[in-house]
Amino acid sequence: MEKRDFHIIAETGIHARPATLLVQAASKFGSDVNLEYNGKSVNLKSIMGVMSLGVGQGADVTISAEGEDEKDAVAAISDTMKKEGLAE
Amino acid sequence: MTKTLKGIAASDGIAVAPAYLLVEPDLSFSKTSVNDVDAEVERFQKAVKESIAEVEQIRDTAKKSLGADEAQVFEAHLMFFNDPEFTGAIEQEIKKQKVNGESALDQTAQKFISIFEGMTDNAYMQERAADVRDVSKRLMAHLLGVSLPNPALIDHEVIIVAHDLTPSDTAQLNKKYVKGFITDLGGRTAHSAIMARSLELPAVVGTAEITKSVKNGETVVVDGLNGKAVVAPEKDEISKFTQMGADFAKQKAEWKKLRDQPSVTKDGKHYTIAANIGTPDDMTGVRENGAEAVGLYRTEFLYMNSAELPTEDDQFKAYKAVIEGMNGKQVVIRTMDIGGDKHLPYLPLPEEMNPFLGYRAIRISLKQQDIFRTQLRALLRASAYGKLGIMFPMIGTLNEFRQAKKIYEEEKAKLLKKGTKIGQDIQVGMMIEVPAAAILADQFAKEVDFFSIGTNDLIQYTMAADRGNEHVSYLYQPYNPSVLRLVKHTIDAAHQNGIWCGMCGEAAGDSVMFPLLLGMGLDEYSMSATSILRIRSQMKKIDTNDFKDLVDQAINVSETNEDNAKLVSDFMAKHTK
Repeated sequence: MEKRDFHIIAETGIHARPATLLVQAASKFGSDVNLEYNGKSVNLKSIMGVMSLGVGQGADVTISAEGEDEKDAVAAISDTMKKEGLAE
Repeated sequence: MTKTLKGIAASDGIAVAPAYLLVEPDLSFSKTSVNDVDAEVERFQKAVKESIAEVEQIRDTAKKSLGADEAQVFEAHLMFFNDPEFTGAIEQEIKKQKVNGESALDQTAQKFISIFEGMTDNAYMQERAADVRDVSKRLMAHLLGVSLPNPALIDHEVIIVAHDLTPSDTAQLNKKYVKGFITDLGGRTAHSAIMARSLELPAVVGTAEITKSVKNGETVVVDGLNGKAVVAPEKDEISKFTQMGADFAKQKAEWKKLRDQPSVTKDGKHYTIAANIGTPDDMTGVRENGAEAVGLYRTEFLYMNSAELPTEDDQFKAYKAVIEGMNGKQVVIRTMDIGGDKHLPYLPLPEEMNPFLGYRAIRISLKQQDIFRTQLRALLRASAYGKLGIMFPMIGTLNEFRQAKKIYEEEKAKLLKKGTKIGQDIQVGMMIEVPAAAILADQFAKEVDFFSIGTNDLIQYTMAADRGNEHVSYLYQPYNPSVLRLVKHTIDAAHQNGIWCGMCGEAAGDSVMFPLLLGMGLDEYSMSATSILRIRSQMKKIDTNDFKDLVDQAINVSETNEDNAKLVSDFMAKHTK
């Protein structure tokens, strides 16, 4: 399993457009991808799941992927996080 | 068969086109248990597929007609349909509980709606609950085999017929094809009415039963000049209304030419034509119609469109935007006019038998002074950016005005002491809308900088008739000689004491009232921005030398409202050719 932690810096947290982009990025991979925040874990391929976590600015989240392309998946999601100014 | 419905003329113009019913079908269902869950899941998946196809089509159309930004919301909806936590969860529920798709959908949607609505610290996420509702509604419609209206797909000229229109309904409309609105509910200040006026589309609201009277695609006339809707008109009526619509459009184009011209009478006398506004957004209309001032800025919307009392800074920003926007022309801002029919969720007021005769406007401001003082400070700070007039609503006694003025002076002194910049020539005036104040106008005129006559309330208080009550609305008589005498007395009192007098009710923009007011020498006429050019054009045709007898007749000879309507119409016919 591949894991990485992020500290969310975007003023609006993970909402709307960034959430959509993360879900799109995760959906490209066969691995199971999860987003963990505040002790809750949701499927990162689900926009409803991601939005229902209500991740705000300053939150610490963990992305984990499990499957054949787990390394690529986490790398791609990291890229999106940085490109969108979501996390450091 | 032809049927004519009466409503409220909310936006002028006339159009004839097929009706487009923006009405939701019945989406009620009952929970049933299913034996063949696989077949039920399959039925649900079919509804999902159909919904996706429909939303894709809407998205593509919206992209072309409304732009990528407006289409974004459909992009988000599409993701929901493929969401493992949503449609995936619904399938799980069908299998687990052995229930029909409708029931599983409803349960799952409610769960997410309450999660999103529960995020009370996050307005954005709360709004997402609306997306879940939209998406669920579409799925439900497909499950039930009924069709939802899809306004984004309209591709021919239509008149929108709806129970009521919300901002999200109108956002999806392609303005190119929408020729007018007719609704069951609403008044002149409803969202649909305001929207129609800003788009310059004819609208009739408050018809009570248009959605039940017209079928989708049936020809309908919206007559926004006379407040009428005609369903299935005869051929000759169609051509009559089409002609009237074309004539009106032509006249409107003529009026547009007056935008940058001063408001003068035929004999060259200038009077100010000003605009009534509710928010800084209305400034577009103010400019497009060439207003010479803002005669009434209703600050209630700042309070009503907010979840809590607006802060001094929020108010300051709004007032500054309007004052700056007028480039040195006067802006008259009315302090909070809450109460009566306007309520704030965060400011509970006592239940009253007669709210219009109760705790409202300045009466609240003088009791709950913290709210009033905050507003005065915001106004004073904004005054540095142009020419400000402040007016107090619902003043009935000299003592009320003196108290309000004293609080104003106190806040002004405090700000000056702190070194805050304040405008040099702020005027402090009052509304004349309580008959007691109109009668004593000569005494008030010695203490105030200006009057602004609020006709809506002045008429209803003078005639003791609620204009919203259909049983007594016949008593709402703007031209009744009693009302006109109060108006004339107020104007005369102002002039005898060297102050100016304006009017900021809809009456100032009324083509019958206007000549009477002009005859009385009213200085400022403040009205909906869309009425300005029509009145400016009427003003150009009138020679004030012809007025001598008109006002005298209207207040001394005429006995009724109708007498005066006829008097003015005869006068206009005789003197303007």
